[in-house]
Formats: sequence, C-alpha cells, structure tokens
Amino acid sequence: MTLAADKPTMIEFKDVHKYYGDYHALRGITATIKAGEFFSLLGPSGCGKTTLLRTIAGFEGISSGAVMIDGKNMEGVPANVRPTNMVFQSYAIFPHLTVAENVGFGLRKDPRSKAEKAAAVAEALEMVGLKGYGARAAHALSGGQRQRVALARALILKPKVLLLDEPLSALDKKMREQMQVELIKLQRQVGITFILVTHDQEEALVMSDRIAVMFEGEIAQLADPETLYRRPNSRKVADFIGTMNFLPAQILSEHGGKVEVDAQGFGRLTLNADQVSSAPGGTGASIGFRPETLTILFDGQTATDRESMATVEEVVYYGDMTYYDIKLDGTTEAMRLSMRNVFGRPVLDIGTRARVAWAPGALVLFR
Amino acid sequence: MMKGGWFRVYTLGYLIFLYAPILLLPLFAFNDATVIAFPLSGATTKWFEKLWLEPELHRALKNSLIIASCSAVLATTLGIFASRASTRYSFPGKAGIMGMIMLPLVLPEIILAVALLAVMLGIGLPLSIFTVILGHVLVCTPFSIAILSAAFQSLDKSLEEAAYDLGETPISTFRLIILPLVMPGIISSLLITFTISLDEFIMAFFLAGNENTLPVYILGQFRFPQNVPVIMALGTILVCLSIALLATAEYFRRRGIAKTGGKDTGGFL
Repeated sequence: MTLAADKPTMIEFKDVHKYYGDYHALRGITATIKAGEFFSLLGPSGCGKTTLLRTIAGFEGISSGAVMIDGKNMEGVPANVRPTNMVFQSYAIFPHLTVAENVGFGLRKDPRSKAEKAAAVAEALEMVGLKGYGARAAHALSGGQRQRVALARALILKPKVLLLDEPLSALDKKMREQMQVELIKLQRQVGITFILVTHDQEEALVMSDRIAVMFEGEIAQLADPETLYRRPNSRKVADFIGTMNFLPAQILSEHGGKVEVDAQGFGRLTLNADQVSSAPGGTGASIGFRPETLTILFDGQTATDRESMATVEEVVYYGDMTYYDIKLDGTTEAMRLSMRNVFGRPVLDIGTRARVAWAPGALVLFR
Repeated sequence: MMKGGWFRVYTLGYLIFLYAPILLLPLFAFNDATVIAFPLSGATTKWFEKLWLEPELHRALKNSLIIASCSAVLATTLGIFASRASTRYSFPGKAGIMGMIMLPLVLPEIILAVALLAVMLGIGLPLSIFTVILGHVLVCTPFSIAILSAAFQSLDKSLEEAAYDLGETPISTFRLIILPLVMPGIISSLLITFTISLDEFIMAFFLAGNENTLPVYILGQFRFPQNVPVIMALGTILVCLSIALLATAEYFRRRGIAKTGGKDTGGFL
C-alpha cells in the first residue's frame, strides 16, 4: 500500500446528489481522491457506484453539489473534453476497426505525424502485453485481449484519471486474478489515478490504496483495505467485506474512549476506542471477529493471550485451508473459523473438544 | 413415422404450390407459341428480343427505376431517423407513434391509395411519378424501420460513450462509429425497399396519372393475348433480378450481424 496522504487532490466530490425522477441515486457524496491513487468504489448492485463513476466521466449529470477534477469544477464540461478516460464493462471495442485503429482512435485530432502516432499505438499495445496485435480485427479478440485493448486505448491519451467500470467481471477466475496483478503493476508504472468500480470485495481489497464502500447512494466507510477489513465501522460494512462472526454483547461502562463489555463466549473485556464501530446498528450491541482471528490450539501449543474451550460442529476441508464451525462454551450459535493446514497437523472431527486462542485486540464492538 | 411422413407431404405440397408457377414462367418465356399451354412447341428467344422493341415498356421501366430509387433512398433516410429515435431515446407517446408509422405494413393498400388520391386531387397536386414516390415512401418506410431497428438495437450504447470519451463529438461519433456499424442494415434496407417499390402495383395504378410503371404496364399487356409470352419473358427477368436483390440484401444484413458480434434475430430471408 502506498501512502497517498501527502499527494495533491485529483477528484473532489462536494455533497453530490443525483435524482432519477423520484429515485435518489446519490445521497450527498463527499469525498476526495488523491493524485496517483488506486481508488475503488465498492458496493452491491444498485448502490450508486457506477453512477458516481459516470459523473466523473461526464456521462451522467448531477442534481446538486459539485464534481471537481484537478481543482476545476466539471459542471457543464462534456465527456469529450474531460481529462478522464474510461474502460467500459463491455470494453466497448469498436468492432469494425482493427486493434491498432481502436487503440489510436483518440489520437485522431492529435497534431503528431502518422509515424509518431503509430509508434505511440505500438508502445501502448506493448504496455498491455499485446505487442504485434495491431493488425488484427477487433471482433476476433478474446475477452482478456479486449480488456487489454480497452486499457491501451484509454491510457494512450495519458488521462489524469482512468475510470474502470467493473472491468474484470466478464473474465473467468484465473484471468481475473492475473489481470488484477497486471492492473496494479500498470497503475504503478503510469502513475495515473485509477478509479475502479466493483462489487467484488476481494478484488477491491487486492487492488486498492483506498476503498469507498457504498450502500444505497451513500458512502458507508472510506478507508484503506486493512482498516476496512479489521475495523469496519458498521455491521453492514463488516458483513459485505469478508466473513464476520457476531456474538451478542452488553456494554457495561464507557470512560475515556475505553468501553467495558460483557460478550457471550468471551466474558468481560475492555476494548479500545478504535475497536468500537461508530455507526449504530440498531438491534443491540454485538462483538464481531474474523474467522482467522481465532486459532485452534493443538497438542503442545499454548495461547499467547486468552484461551477458551469450544466444540467442533462442522468441518469443511479446502486443501490449503480448513473451515471449522465451532461453538464457544457459553454461546448458542456456531462461529466460522479458518485454519491454514500445516503438514502433519490433523483435521479435527465433528464433536471434538478444542482449545481456542484469541486476543481482545482482534474483536470489534458494534453498537 | 406416420406423423413425419405427413409433415413431409405437407411441406412438399406447400413448396410446389409456391414455386411451380414461378418455374413455369421461364418455361413459357422460351416456348415458341403464343398460347400458354402444354405441350411445348420448341425453344426460342424471340420473346426476349421483342422486349427490346417496346418503347412503352422502356418508358415504364425507366419510371419504375426512378420511382424505386427515390423511394428507397427517401424511405431509408426516414427509416434511419425513426429507428435511431425509437431505439435510443424515450419520449412521450413513443409506442403509439411507432405503431402508427408501422401501420401501413398491415393497412389495406387500396384504402391508403384511394385516400392519398383524394388528398392529391383535393390539394391540386398533379398526378405524376412524384406522387407515386410519395405513396411508395409511405409503404416502404415501415419495412426500412423494421430492418434498421434491428441494426440500431444491436449497437452497444457504450460504443458511443467510448467515442465521446475518446474526444469525439456526437456528430463525429455518428459518422465514425454508428454509421459504419449500421451500414449493412442501411444497404439491406435500400435494396429491400427498392424491390418493394419496383413490384408495387396499387399505389402506382392510382397515383401515376398518365405515366405507367412496370407492374401497371404488365397488367395492361394482358389485354393482348399475343403479348402474353413477352410478359413471361419480362417476368423471368424480374424474378431473377428480385432474387438477386434480396439475396444481396440478406448478405449485407448477415455480414452486419457478424461484424458487431450480435445474434441473428430474424430478417426477411
């Protein structure tokens, strides 16, 4: 992860609202995106993430507020003169043109000579790993190749911001993972601000410097991937990103930012201020933890912090990992645990009594 | 087995009923007799030669070609506007307006022709090939829209957005992206509307005034029994021409689908 805090602001949303008739698609978006940042808009379908991206590109007007790019208000600036380029979900490769004609499409009004433009096209194709593909017909390309052409076509114009609308969703798993790594490398190489729209939380965690999690037209949390994963600020964000176990808890006292709770299965605990989510959840307090933060202790191992007893309820073997559903003593619901499989370590059977190690620092309190 | 057998008989019977009369056309066109009856009495090409010596036929042909060309161009131009509007934009009363434009497809043509005739006479517009063109545009435009709507529909909207995004204006986007991609549909529309106009009889009969078009001329010639084999020869040529035009139109339509990577959703062939 790169620290982008000291970099200048590239995009600024100032209380952006968008209505489609009566439908309130964007509800007061305020956020800044730094220059050179890999920024993701993450959320379920219909949360407004694509709409927000399209307000940057200029394909979508806004009802109130302001979208600033590099310090300039974009109101009334049409898409074709904005310093942004987009990679579309369908890639939008022009089917009647060759690969080179597609990549060079944006250079039509460029005053450079034909030879210089051809060299720029060749360079862009090489950058995305399609060297020598220039003469091919665009409609004969595979999904992964179309994606690369779309990238080259956008990047050849050296935009200030590259917008990516779910660019990997049409690819198969293996290709997707490969392209994730390639996109990260490419972004570091060109140093352009990338803004990615995705509904895939894993993709967002892997690729982004910072992520804005959106629900129903609002940003629920804006943070770096680690903070989002470890310290989600609401049950909703916690549920959307990865797996989070919840156990009922009772808040006993609060003083000086520290909170004393009595949590089912864990007992009395004192939590730091950063472990307490700010957004109220509604249905009473609960303690949350990730599957990998609890560890089953095997013979000869001792806990470094706390230790509890539990019963194995379900075992799911994944090769490199084993998922256990365990019931901590004193609780009524099974919790999901993930253990990395180490050579020589047995996979526990259902019904086994197990010692479980945990640390209070890994827990999050949701109000 | 029995079921399949009857189905085969039905299919065969249908095809014979459809194509046997057309096959008789060239048969009698090359037959050396003025009576259209079997047995045949020897081969000749004199009926085709006679076609060259009919100034009235040449005039009708020239009229028909002018009318068909103008109608095809006009109907296709209107078709482009209408299909673009109906596939890309939403506006109040769209379904109703599109329905009314498409109505001539099913409206009895004779009603349309009589109504048009009444209007032309009412406003004092002299009947000529121009009035026939007006009528044919009305008849041909729905066909053009049917063909072009499919072409515009299969166009991914993000292709246009990508072009804007890469710095093009709406006008240059239309020229560089949209037009080339729907061009096969436009050619297909031109050829089919041309064929429809060329074959059309009722409108031409009512609206042409003193001018003849080819179909009107052909009907007129049936009053003279000695001219029937000549009409057979002319018919043979027209059938070949029609098939060639429709096949070309279909070729362009399919090539357009292949080019944009879309799915074949029907057509006229």
